[in-house]
Amino acid sequence: MRNRTLAGGLLGGAAIAVALAVATPVRADKPYDGVTINLLTRPGPVIAGRLEERGREFTEMTGAKVEVATVPFADLFQKVLTDWSTGTNSIDVSVLSSGWVVELYDAGLLADLSDFVAKDDKLKVDDIAPYFREFNQKVDGKTVAITVDGDFQMMYYRTDVLGELGMAPPRTWDDYLAIAKAAHGKDMNGDGEPDYGSCMFKKRNAQGYYAIMSLAAQFVQSKGTSQGIFFNTDDMTPMVNNEAWAKAFEIYKATTEFGPPDELNHDIGDTRALVLAGRCAMALDWGDIGPLSIDETSSKIKDKVGAVIMPGTTRVLDWETGKLVDCTAEICPHAIDGVNHAPFAAFGGWTGVINAKADPKVIEATYAFLSYMNQPEQSNIDVTIGWTGYNPYRISQFENVEPWVEAGFSREFAENYLKAIGDSLNSPNMAGDLRIPGTQRYQGIVLDRELARMLAGEVTIEQALQNIHEGWEEITEEFGREEQLKLYRASLGLGAS
Amino acid sequence: MAVPQPAARPSRVEVTASLASAAPLARGEWLDRHARWLFIAPAVVMILIFSIFPLVASLLIAFSRVRLRAGTYSMTFVGFGNFEKQLVGSEQVHFLGQLTAFSPPAWVVVIAVAALLLWWLVGYARTQLTVIGLLGRLVTAAMLMALTLMLAATLLSGGQIGTLGVTLFYVFVGCAVQFLIGLGLALLCSQITRGRAFFRVVFFLPLMITPIGIGYIFRMMADTGKGPFATLWQWAGLGGFSWSADPWAARLIIVVADSWQWIPFIFVVLLAALESVPRDLVEAGEVDGASSWQIFREITWPEIAPVAATVMLIRVIEAFKLVDLPNIMTAGGPGTATESLTLHAFFAWRSLDLGQAAAVSYLLLFVTVVLCVSFFNLVVLRRRAAMAR
Repeated sequence: MRNRTLAGGLLGGAAIAVALAVATPVRADKPYDGVTINLLTRPGPVIAGRLEERGREFTEMTGAKVEVATVPFADLFQKVLTDWSTGTNSIDVSVLSSGWVVELYDAGLLADLSDFVAKDDKLKVDDIAPYFREFNQKVDGKTVAITVDGDFQMMYYRTDVLGELGMAPPRTWDDYLAIAKAAHGKDMNGDGEPDYGSCMFKKRNAQGYYAIMSLAAQFVQSKGTSQGIFFNTDDMTPMVNNEAWAKAFEIYKATTEFGPPDELNHDIGDTRALVLAGRCAMALDWGDIGPLSIDETSSKIKDKVGAVIMPGTTRVLDWETGKLVDCTAEICPHAIDGVNHAPFAAFGGWTGVINAKADPKVIEATYAFLSYMNQPEQSNIDVTIGWTGYNPYRISQFENVEPWVEAGFSREFAENYLKAIGDSLNSPNMAGDLRIPGTQRYQGIVLDRELARMLAGEVTIEQALQNIHEGWEEITEEFGREEQLKLYRASLGLGAS
Repeated sequence: MAVPQPAARPSRVEVTASLASAAPLARGEWLDRHARWLFIAPAVVMILIFSIFPLVASLLIAFSRVRLRAGTYSMTFVGFGNFEKQLVGSEQVHFLGQLTAFSPPAWVVVIAVAALLLWWLVGYARTQLTVIGLLGRLVTAAMLMALTLMLAATLLSGGQIGTLGVTLFYVFVGCAVQFLIGLGLALLCSQITRGRAFFRVVFFLPLMITPIGIGYIFRMMADTGKGPFATLWQWAGLGGFSWSADPWAARLIIVVADSWQWIPFIFVVLLAALESVPRDLVEAGEVDGASSWQIFREITWPEIAPVAATVMLIRVIEAFKLVDLPNIMTAGGPGTATESLTLHAFFAWRSLDLGQAAAVSYLLLFVTVVLCVSFFNLVVLRRRAAMAR
C-alpha cells in the first residue's frame, strides 16, 4: 500500500513537472527569462519609482525580473561598498551618485561596460551630452557607469513675485540677497500667511551640502572647468580656507534669515513642498522643480516660475593669495557681462553601476536594463515627468522642446527651463563635482558637519573652514596624496602633474 | 543460608578490560564526568563568537585604518591615532566640544569638585583602605574630574559641548526627569484601588512603540509651522520659532521624546516595588501620626531604594546608547548639537571610517563602564547592604 502511494506521488509529481514545463517554455523572444536583477538605490518615488515602472516593462520584454530595493541616501554608498567588497554580492546593480563611481572603480568592484556600449546601437551614445558621456560614465577611459539622470543646480524664481517687486532675476548673489529681503514676509500664494524670500534645504546628513558647493564654485573657479574648486592641482592642498569659501559660507548663512524658521532641519522634500505650495520667492535646486511645477495636482506655481543659471559674482578667488579680487577680462575670461558664473554639476546625476562579481548573464541583462532606461525613447519622456527625479542629460532633450510641451510645459517656460540647464551644461567654466576615492567623506562627512555647525552658530566661518581644511588633509593622507592627486587631475581632464 | 558477600573491588586491570569490552558504558561514564563542560560549552562558544570576538576585533580596528577592497580589505596599524584624533586632534571639537579658557564660575565648579573628590578619597583612605577599593575610587575620581574639566571648558565658559557632553546631558538630565516623573506616577497609581491595572497598561504602552516611530511622532508634533499643534504654537506666539534650529530646544525635545518612551519602564518597576512595601509598616507609621512625607522618607523610600537604584542603573546604561531619536528627529543637528556618542560612531561607521567609529565606541564604553560600575558599587551595593542590615 505504502509503495503504491509513493509510486502514485512520484507519477503525480512528474506529471505536474511536465505540465509546468509545457506551460512555461523558455521563449526565444525573452532572452533573460529566469534572470533576476537586484537593484539598490534611494527610496522612491524619486529615482526608485521610475526604475520599478521601467523594470516591469523590461520584464515584460525580456523576462528578466528587476527587484528594486531602497535605503536612505546617506546609507547608500556604504551599503553598496560593503556588499561588494565583502563578497556578499546581494546587489547586482546600484543607481547612485556619479561622484562615488571612482572609489568603487578604484576598489575593483565595477564591471567594465565598454564592450556593451560599443555594440549598443539603441543607446545612441553620441546623443549623451559630452560631460555625462566622458566624465560621468568613464573612468580611466573605460565606461563603467550608465547615466540615467543629469544634474546641475539652478536658481528658480517666482516670475509673478519678482514682477510685482519690479526686480529682474538675480545675476549675482548680492542680487539674490536683495530680492530675498524684498520678498520675504509677503503672501505669495494667497493664503494670508507671510511667505519666504529664499528656500534651501540645509538639513545635516542629507543633500544640503551640495548648495554650498554650488555657491562656492562661483567665487573659486573662474578660469574654466579644469581649474576645479576643491584642491590645488599641484599638491592636493585643499582650496577651502580662503576668502572665496568664506564668502560662500557668509552668503549661505545670510539666506537663512529669509527662509522658513526650521530651514536647518529641511531636507530636499520639505523645501520642494514649500516651493510647490507657492511659499518661496526663490529656491536653489536641481532640475526637478521645473517638471514638478507643472503638475497642478500638487503645484500652485504652474506658469509662475522661471529658472536661470546659478547666480555668479564680480569678485573671484586669487589662487595665489587666497583673497577675492575684482573680475577682469584676464581673471574671468568666461564672465558674462562682467559676472563670473561657474555652474556646478552637483552630484553629477544618478548613475547605474554593475557589480563586477555578478553572474555574466546577470551583468548582460543588467546592462540591457540600464541601456533601456538611458535610451532616448524612454529617457526623453522620463525627464519631463517631475516625480521621477530624472533631469535632462541628452542633447536631444535640450534641442527638442516638443516632448516638454506635450508633458504640460508652456512653450515659454520649457524654453526658459532648458536654456537654464543648457547654459550650465555648455558653460566652459562649468564646475565638476568631486570624483575621487573618499568623496563621500570629504563632502558628506567633513564639509556637511562643519557647514551645519557654522549655521547653528557652534563655530565661526573661519573655524569651520580651518576644520574642513584639516579634515580634508587627513582624508587625503589616508588615501595617499599622490594617488588622490592623480585621480583629481584626471577628473578635471588634466594629465599627470 | 548463604549470606551475600559484598562484591570484591575489581583491580585496575579488570576495570580496563571491562571498559575495553563495554565501550558504550565507558562513553557514558566519560560523558557523565565531563557533563558540566559539555552543558556550558554551547553558551561559551556563543559568547566567544558573538561577544568576545567582536569586542577583540573592534579593538583591533580601533588601532587601525581599514580600507575595503574587492573581496578583501587592508588594515594599517596606526597606534593610538584614532583616539588621539578624538581627544587632541581634528575631531576634538566634535568629540569634546569647543574648549575655551575657564570662566570664573567654571573655576569655582572645578575647585569645588576637586575638593569634594579629595575629601571623599581621604575619607575612604582613613576608614576602610584596600588596594582594589582605592584603585577603583581613583579611577572614578579621575573620570569625574575629567568630565568636570571638560564641562567647565565648554558649557560653563561659553564654549560648545561636543558629542560627549551631549550624551551626558541625555543621560543625567533625561534619567533624572524620567525617574522623578516615573516615581510620581507610581506613587499616584499605588494610592488608587480601582483602575490600577488600566493605568498600568496605559502608562506602559509607549515602551512598546519602536523608537523610530516615536522619533517621527515627536518631530511632527513639535513642528511649530505644520504640526498638529501648529495653531496652539501660533497662539502662544511660537509660530516663528523652530526648535530644530535652536541647540538647547532641540536637545530638550529629544529628552522629552526619550522620557515619553522610558518613564513607563521606571513607572512599572517602581509601582511593583511600592506594592511590595509591607502594609503593616505604613499603617504603624499612620497610627503613630506620621505625615505622608515622613512615611515616604522613613518607610517607603528605604524599602524601594534598592529597586530604584537598580532600575536607574539599567536606564543609565541604556541612555548612554541613545541613537535613534536624534538620528530621526534632527540627524544630529542643528550643527552637532544633538549628536550623541553612539550617533557619532554611527556616522563615522557609515562613512566607512571604521577605525574612528571603533575608537569612539571604545571611549563610550570606557565612560559608561566607569560611571556605571562606580554607581553600582557606591550606590546600588550600599543600598542593598543597608537593606540587609
